[in-house]
Amino acid sequence: MAATDISKITEKSQWQDLTVGNQIYGSGTSKAFHTGEWRTQTPVFASDKCKQCLLCVPVCPDSSIPVVDCKRQDFDYDHCKGCGICAKVCPFDAISMKEGQ
Amino acid sequence: MAIRERLSGNEAISFAIKQVNPDVMPAFPITPSTEIPQYVANYIANGEMDTDFIPVESEHSSMSATIGASAAGARALTATSSCGLALMWEELYVAASNRLPLALCLVNRALSGPININCDHSDSMGARDTGFIQIYAENNQEVYDNFIQAYRISEHKDVRLPIMICQDGFITSHAVENIELLEDDKVKNFVGEYNPENYLLNAEQPMAMGPYAVSNYYMETKMAQNTAMQNAKQVILDVGKEFGEMSGRNYGFFEEYRLEDADYAFVIIGSAAGTSKDAVDKLREEGMKVGLLKLRVFRPFPDIEIAKALSNCKAVAIMDRSEGFRSKGGPLGSEVKAALYDYAKNVTAFNLIYGLGGRDFTVEEAEGIYKELAGYVEEGKSFEEYRYIGLRGESYSVTRTGQKGSVNDIKSERV
Repeated sequence: MAATDISKITEKSQWQDLTVGNQIYGSGTSKAFHTGEWRTQTPVFASDKCKQCLLCVPVCPDSSIPVVDCKRQDFDYDHCKGCGICAKVCPFDAISMKEGQ
Repeated sequence: MAIRERLSGNEAISFAIKQVNPDVMPAFPITPSTEIPQYVANYIANGEMDTDFIPVESEHSSMSATIGASAAGARALTATSSCGLALMWEELYVAASNRLPLALCLVNRALSGPININCDHSDSMGARDTGFIQIYAENNQEVYDNFIQAYRISEHKDVRLPIMICQDGFITSHAVENIELLEDDKVKNFVGEYNPENYLLNAEQPMAMGPYAVSNYYMETKMAQNTAMQNAKQVILDVGKEFGEMSGRNYGFFEEYRLEDADYAFVIIGSAAGTSKDAVDKLREEGMKVGLLKLRVFRPFPDIEIAKALSNCKAVAIMDRSEGFRSKGGPLGSEVKAALYDYAKNVTAFNLIYGLGGRDFTVEEAEGIYKELAGYVEEGKSFEEYRYIGLRGESYSVTRTGQKGSVNDIKSERV
């Protein structure tokens, strides 16, 4: 079975076009599901205050803090749900929460 | 050459399980199904089969583990009865909606309360809308034969639904009867290997099972599931025919016993069909045209086929071995009456309750009901429906006289 192209399963799909038991074939398909749309509070990254201690990265429940060459980047807002744990854990006030998207 | 044996229903289905040799069996004991995992565990300990047996701490867990094994790609099964099935409630729907072709050997027993270990159909009838295929047996031979057909039906690519193989607690499960068994190689050849296209332990193709489906997807998912249940009808017939060619014992949705020219008939499920057949034979000798429809497949429900088989009857008694608490009869009564309303309105149908919690149902009682049906049609006598057969004291019944479907002819203080 080829990997499921979940972009083709939409709210307009007819029942015959769903997979059996809604099974999803292939890995990493949740990347295409933008849970960031659920966000009501948004973390803001102040790169000038960040010491790259990386404490925020492992506590993120949605893996929404990308790391490149041992340095954290700005948030992945497609998937960040705005829980605020990163802002709480940051010792340098480099993350602040703002209302809304 | 068939092997002649004498086995109880539990022994018969366990023997079939040994011959099929599925991959995984999680189970938790509950009377009267306890012997099934016990016998299977013995077979495994004796090296006669190599199924992985998982002792678990409850039926919630046994069905969960069966689902897990099936999702992983294994041919899986479990066994239970009564409150054990009730504790599986949530998982039954999960197994069906995830389209897992696992098997459940159900030994029918009354649900608590009051606590009672004996036979009725309240457990499986309660689970009738879970999405499981349900197949019932009259005797140990049918239990054995039904299990051998089970995976061929459930694993079919057009179906892929879990299947419940039901037998009557104690009456079938513990009574020893003569039985014809098939040779191991015949069974293995008939059932075949299970090679699912997609399964969780397939390293070549990772997959997700049971994802969240919000309002935008739930109804489409249910329609797909319902279509699979509809597809199961043809598969059940095809598998039954193929099994008949191999064994000489044919199976369809139901057995029609002396029904062809019958004026009066029963619709009945399970072991009490045997009791009722004795009454049919006796009354036929007296010249009464009576017959019986023994329903084998309750899910999917063969409504058109039932209506067709009963269409020439003058009056029918639908015999329920579970209470529906709609205050007017049981689930079999509801569904058969709906089928008759849709496709055979001319047939008068009454719904009666018998055998709850293991209450005996006798040949004499069956004879009496046939005679009452005839009295209603031929002599204009009244018929009390919704009543309990063999009850001490008066039932909550509604008396019907005259033509079917006329509210003016109902006589009851408690309509």
